[in-house]
Amino acid sequence: MLSAGFVLLLSAAYLGLLFAVARYGDARADAGKSIISANVYALSLAVYCTSWTFYGSVGRATSGGLSFLTIYLGPTLMLLFVGVIVKMIRISKDQRITSIADFIASRYGKSQLLAGLVTVIAVVGIIPYIALQLKAVSASLEIVLKTSSDDLVPGFLDATFVVAALLALFTILFGTRHLDATERHEGMVAAVAVESVVKLVAFLAVGLFVTYGMFGGFADLFARAAAHPDLANLLRLDASRAGTWAALILLSGLAIVFLPRQFQVIVVENVDESHLRRAVWLFPLYLLLINIFVLPIALGGLLHFQGQPFNPDTFVLTLPLSRGAEALALLVFIGGLSAATGMVIVETIALSTMVCNDLVMPFLLRSRRLGAGSGEDLSGLLIGIRRAAIVAILLLGYIYYRAAGEAYALVGIGLISFAAVAQFAPAMIGGMYWKLGTRAGALAGLVGGFAVWLYTLLLPSFAKSGWIDNGFVAAGLFGIPALKAQALFGLTGLDEISHSLWWSLFVNLGLYIGVSLLSRPDAVEAGQAERFVDVFRRSSADADARLWRGTASPGELAALLERFLGRARARQQLDAFAAARSVDDWRALPADAEFVRFAEAQLSGAIGSASARVMVASVAQEENLGLEEVLDILDEATQVRAYSRELEAKSLELEAATAELRAANERLREVDRMKDDFISTVTHELRTPLTSIRALSEMLHEDPEIASDDRTRFLGIIVVEAERLTRLINQILDMAKLESGRAEWTTSAVDVGEVAREASESLGQLFRDKGVALECVVAEGLPTVLADRDRLTQVMINLLSNAVKFVDRDKGSVQVRVGGDGDRVRVEVEDNGPGLTPEEAVVIFEKFRQGGNTMTDKPQGTGLGLPISRQIVEYFGGNLWVESRPGAGARFIFTVPLPDRT
Amino acid sequence: MAHKILIVDDEPNIVISLEFLMKKEGFEVAVAGDGEDALAKVAAFAPDLVLLDVMMPKKSGFEVCEALRADPARAGLRIVMLTAKGRDTEVAKGLALGANAYVTKPFSTKELVAKVKELLAA
Repeated sequence: MLSAGFVLLLSAAYLGLLFAVARYGDARADAGKSIISANVYALSLAVYCTSWTFYGSVGRATSGGLSFLTIYLGPTLMLLFVGVIVKMIRISKDQRITSIADFIASRYGKSQLLAGLVTVIAVVGIIPYIALQLKAVSASLEIVLKTSSDDLVPGFLDATFVVAALLALFTILFGTRHLDATERHEGMVAAVAVESVVKLVAFLAVGLFVTYGMFGGFADLFARAAAHPDLANLLRLDASRAGTWAALILLSGLAIVFLPRQFQVIVVENVDESHLRRAVWLFPLYLLLINIFVLPIALGGLLHFQGQPFNPDTFVLTLPLSRGAEALALLVFIGGLSAATGMVIVETIALSTMVCNDLVMPFLLRSRRLGAGSGEDLSGLLIGIRRAAIVAILLLGYIYYRAAGEAYALVGIGLISFAAVAQFAPAMIGGMYWKLGTRAGALAGLVGGFAVWLYTLLLPSFAKSGWIDNGFVAAGLFGIPALKAQALFGLTGLDEISHSLWWSLFVNLGLYIGVSLLSRPDAVEAGQAERFVDVFRRSSADADARLWRGTASPGELAALLERFLGRARARQQLDAFAAARSVDDWRALPADAEFVRFAEAQLSGAIGSASARVMVASVAQEENLGLEEVLDILDEATQVRAYSRELEAKSLELEAATAELRAANERLREVDRMKDDFISTVTHELRTPLTSIRALSEMLHEDPEIASDDRTRFLGIIVVEAERLTRLINQILDMAKLESGRAEWTTSAVDVGEVAREASESLGQLFRDKGVALECVVAEGLPTVLADRDRLTQVMINLLSNAVKFVDRDKGSVQVRVGGDGDRVRVEVEDNGPGLTPEEAVVIFEKFRQGGNTMTDKPQGTGLGLPISRQIVEYFGGNLWVESRPGAGARFIFTVPLPDRT
Repeated sequence: MAHKILIVDDEPNIVISLEFLMKKEGFEVAVAGDGEDALAKVAAFAPDLVLLDVMMPKKSGFEVCEALRADPARAGLRIVMLTAKGRDTEVAKGLALGANAYVTKPFSTKELVAKVKELLAA
């Protein structure tokens, strides 16, 4: 038996821990070091799982089988439309949206009426849902303590009231520390993420306990259930309920975004759009985990408590307690407490913002004392209103709980709330994607949908609870059968939720579209429609600036900000705004459209867009732009956009052209550099022989006394160097001609073997002088090739003179072989000289690069022979290369293709 | 006592003409055919002045110049760079590496002799 004191102490300690987490999160946020990571964001979305989930899923599973899953399939599917949510976040940041009421009102011309209507629908739809959470906390407390909770507190109070009061206090501490331009509560989000982990751990723990501790695992549990005729039905998917499934999936899919608390955590509290990418898979994974054990616990409870009057909603507590597992029951209780408090805190903060900004403020601002012209600082009052709203909402929740008690109106309220907020969908989604949607359309749709919801769902639930006469359900209003509340116009065969959802959405959507098409937006609306629908394409601060025209003074606007944000905060924002416009002092800023828009955005964060617009209008004398004028400006903006797209395309083309030019220029530069190098090398090669010639001839000229044999020797050198110079110049010119394609070619049928033999013979004397053996082998019957005979001879002579140059005197031997090689003639010139390293085998084909020991042989070559030979061979479609190893001689090979036989 | 001059060039005919020219002016002459040879001859022959070609196998004239200038024992050694490449950047590089003069090939024998004598007199 758990002692009441201990349980309460533990609960208090847990709430204290959450509060510490929240304070830490807020402190970090104030220091600019946000702790809101993608994981924290994804976990905070699990505020979706309330105590209704935590306790109620098992209850639903005991009666509806697998249908409880729809509540989780919907959100998972909805998150697939990640683009819709990203757009919602982008719009909200752009427009400083602080709540779902603000979103809808802002889109349709910052309408106070629309904001108020949405707030009323949200409050009416959600209050019973909050009551359900209060009930869950007190009911679970009773089970854990096995006593009536009212015994815990003095007689004139009851435990649920104390719970509600504590939650109100807690919510005030969490949610209204200060007014923020973005209305974000990072500490609260962090605490909610912690709660999400706790409730998941608790639910998994009880699931494991039941499945593996009380039974022999999944297989055992399902086998026993299948053997039981009543339970076997639960495991079957019933095709006739497909319509219900579809409705529930749609409903929960809409709820994940449109419930005020979900809009708060997904959109308002989002710090980074990229976090959504994590949430898209992490949140569904969370839902999967928290649902794995729902059916096992349901079946386990039904099997365990056969026939005993235990409420299936409490199985998660009663099953562990029935086995004396008190610690586990306590953990489950804390998990349920987490689910309830998380929901209540976030929902209440979201609702209190809406109530304050969209219901209370419009009235206050109309009163003379607080309205335009009064200089009173209202920031404290604003916080006070929100705190009062929090208390009022929880009080209403408590009153509803007391009134409803065990009645049906409480048990079924989860889905009824979902159906209420689903009414926001047409105006929201339409507003984001359809520019023609108007305020009148949105109002008509919301009113119509809400009315149908009231008539077909909420009032029948009151009737079922016995609070009102159920005649309108049983016989129809005024006895007209077509008006039967849950079989409207004869629509039967659906469960009440599906029936209400289809009818309400049908009416809502029909009115929204129909009335929108019949009405015209005013100037403000048209501007907002543009800003919402084209949020991703807009960069038109320009159009924004022109959409506001009038006169204002910076002092008045600043005073307005100070009234609503408090002096310190207002000054801080003004300084930041001035800094962003590179002005030292905001007082020096012109009170232009940009300033006005800044002031309105700041105010929107504090009091909602609709009230902000009214307040700004009270100090700034705005000239009314006619609708035509606004449409003209927007149209112009559209044209400018089209024009800028065109420009963009053109500039892309230009960029491509520039890149091509740059590449071409780069190539030219490279060619230029190569040419420069070439000239420098050529100069060097020409200057070297000239140096000897000039030095020696100057000495001979100046000194007639030089000995005769020196004189002869010097004259010999001069002749050799002059020949070298001539050869060099000829080859450079030849090379230049070949490279530029200006060489003249005389093509005829050439017998390559004959060319090889003639070249060998012409160099015979050179070989004999050096004592080098020369052998020429030509294969029989080789066909002729088409080539320039003189050029081929030039190649042969170059290869042969290279060979004789590099072989050793008297020991050298050179072999020439001419043969066929498929479709080409192949010529080899092989020597037994020093050979080439792999590097040398490459560089010798470059200009002015010579192989071997240039110390001894340098004057004999120009370094152009092989490059010229290669050019010639390649001109005829052949190849020239060398095969060699150091110390093993060199074999130069060239091929010339045979003429095409066709 | 006659000044000693080391001629460093890989072109045999240029070596022949420089050797004859310098001997005629009364200098004691040694020759080297590449950069490594040049460093060995500087150590063995201890010249007062080096006529140093730039484009040579094994070690370029720049490298030889740098190595010689890195040796404090040879601080008094004069170096005249000879090159067939007359680009401004190469002249600047040679002088920056510590050459005393930079002469472009083909050179005037009279001017070269005058430059050598001037450097040795300083």
